[in-house]
Amino acid sequence: MKIDKNTINKIARLSRIKLDDKESEDYINDLNSILDWVEQLNEVNTENVEPLSNISSSILPKREDVSNDSNSIEEILENAPDKLEGFFAVPKVVE
Amino acid sequence: MSKSSLKQTLKDLEAKKISIRELNQDYLKRIKENENLNVFIHFSEDNVLKQIENLENDNSAKKLKGIPIAIKDLFCTKSMPTTAASKILENFNPTYESFVTQKLLDEGSIFVGKTNLDEFAMGSATNTSFFGNTINPLSKENEPLAPGGSSGGSAAAVAADLCLGATGTDTGGSIRQPASFCGVVGIKPTYGLCSRWGIAAFASSLDQAGIFSHNVEDASILLQSIAGFDQRDSTSAKVDIPNYFENLDDDLNGKTVGIPKEYSIDGTPMEISQIWEEAIKVLEKKGVKIKNISLPHTKYALPTYYIIAPAEASSNLARYDGVKYGFRSDEINSLDEMYENTRAQGFGREVKRRILIGTYVLSAGYYDAYYLKAQKVRKLIADDFNRAFKECDFIVTPTAPSAAFPLNEKQNDPIKMYLNDVFTVPASLAGLPGISIPFGKDKNNLPLGIQILGKHFDEQQVFNAAVSLERSYE
Repeated sequence: MKIDKNTINKIARLSRIKLDDKESEDYINDLNSILDWVEQLNEVNTENVEPLSNISSSILPKREDVSNDSNSIEEILENAPDKLEGFFAVPKVVE
Repeated sequence: MSKSSLKQTLKDLEAKKISIRELNQDYLKRIKENENLNVFIHFSEDNVLKQIENLENDNSAKKLKGIPIAIKDLFCTKSMPTTAASKILENFNPTYESFVTQKLLDEGSIFVGKTNLDEFAMGSATNTSFFGNTINPLSKENEPLAPGGSSGGSAAAVAADLCLGATGTDTGGSIRQPASFCGVVGIKPTYGLCSRWGIAAFASSLDQAGIFSHNVEDASILLQSIAGFDQRDSTSAKVDIPNYFENLDDDLNGKTVGIPKEYSIDGTPMEISQIWEEAIKVLEKKGVKIKNISLPHTKYALPTYYIIAPAEASSNLARYDGVKYGFRSDEINSLDEMYENTRAQGFGREVKRRILIGTYVLSAGYYDAYYLKAQKVRKLIADDFNRAFKECDFIVTPTAPSAAFPLNEKQNDPIKMYLNDVFTVPASLAGLPGISIPFGKDKNNLPLGIQILGKHFDEQQVFNAAVSLERSYE
C-alpha cells in the first residue's frame, strides 16, 4: 500500500485541506486504487524520451514593453471575503 | 424534433421574418419549461431582456446579432456570476470578461445563462456539481440519464433547444463526450486556437475552449467567432483563422482516413463498433482511401492523463484559499486553519481527490516516478499521432465507449468513471482538434457519436469530414 494514514495526512497538509477520519479512510482507498492503476505506465520504455510539458507548437510571442493599467485596487478587492484599507484581510498571524 | 439552425436563424433575422425579441422570447419560454433539467446554474430573464433591448437600440451590423448562446459556467462573465460549479466560487462576480465570451458579445450574441458542469470541469457526468446534476434531455421519464461531462449543461442546453449554440471546455473529452451523450455536435479545437484567458483553469497544458451546436455548419460559424490570438494567454497561437464555414467542402474524394486499430477495445458495445464501421463505409463510398493505422501507446493515454491533469489541477486550484475571492470558512482561528477549513468545506469530493493525487505525484520523491514518467509517455502518444498523420488526412473513431448512462451509475468507482474518456483523452494529450457528431443510435434509441481528429490547426479538414458524414447520415 503506497498511501497510508501518515501519507494521506502529509498530502492533505501540503494541500491545505482538512480531512476528517472517515474522509481520510476513503481517500486512502481511492488513491491507492488510482495509483495501482496508473502504474501500468511502468510497462512503457521511456529511456531517452524527452518529457512533453507544452504541446503548443507556437513560439512564445513577444509584446511591446509598454506599461498598462488594467488592474485597479477596487476591482481586485471586489470579491474579497474580508478587506481593510485597500488590502486583503486575514486572521492575525503574529502575536 | 426539428430544431432551427443558427445559419437559418441568421437568414431569418436578416430577412426580418423574425425579430431578435421574438426569437429570444421563444428560447426564454423553452428555458422556463425545462427548468427540471437543471441545465443552468445562473439564469435571469431580466438579464436576457436587457440584452435584447440593448441590441434593439444598436444599429451596427454584427455577425451573431441576437443569437441566443449558453455559456459554460467556467467562463468569467461580467454580467453574470461565475461559479465553476463549486461552492468555493458560489458568490464570485468577475470584474472582467473572458476572451471567448468577449468575442461572442462583440459579435452581438445574447447570453441566455451560465450552464452547469462538473465542479471545476472534473468529471464525465455533470454529477460533481455543487448545484446538482443536470439531466440529459433525452432521458425517458422513469430513468434520468447523465448528459455526460464536464460540459453537460451546455450539451443539454443545445439538445433541449434552449439556445442556438453553447460554449464548452475540453480537457480530456469534456466537450466531445457530452456532445455524443446528448446527440449534438461538439468541437474541441487545437490546443492554443482559443485563448484560455478568463476560463477557470483546471489543467493548463490540456484545457481548451470549444463549441456545441445543432449541426456542423453552425459549429464552423461559432468556432471562427471564438478563435484567435490573445497576448494574455501565453499558449495562445498566432495563426490565421480561416472562414471555416465559407470553406466547408464535403467532397472528400482522394483524402485518406486513418482507422486506429487500438481503438477496438474489448467490452465496447457491439452497436458502437457497428456505427464506426458504418462511418468507414460511408467514407469509402465517397472516394476516401481507408488506411489502417497504429497508435501503439493508446492504452497508456488514460493513466497518463490521470497523472498530468490532477498534478496541474493541484497547482492551479491552490489559488482558492479564502483570501482573494470566493468562499471563506467561518472557522478561522488561525491563517492555516482558515486555508484548511475553507478548502475542506469549499471543494467537493472529486475535486479534493484530484488535488490530493496531484499533490502526491508532484511531491518530493515521487515526481520522477509519476509526473515525469507521465510526461514522457505523453511524448510517445503525441509522436504516435505525428507518425500516423504522415499517412492520413484525418482519423475517425467512436467518441465514447457507451451511450448516455443512468445518472447514478458509476458514482462510487472513480476509475470506471475515468474510462469514459478512453477515446477522447489521447487527442487531448497530443493537443489535436477533435469533433464529435451524432451518428446512429443504440438499441434504446439513444444517440451515439463519431469522433473525427485532425492535424494541429487543421480544423477545416475536421469540419469537412464532419459535414460530409453528417450530410450522408441525415
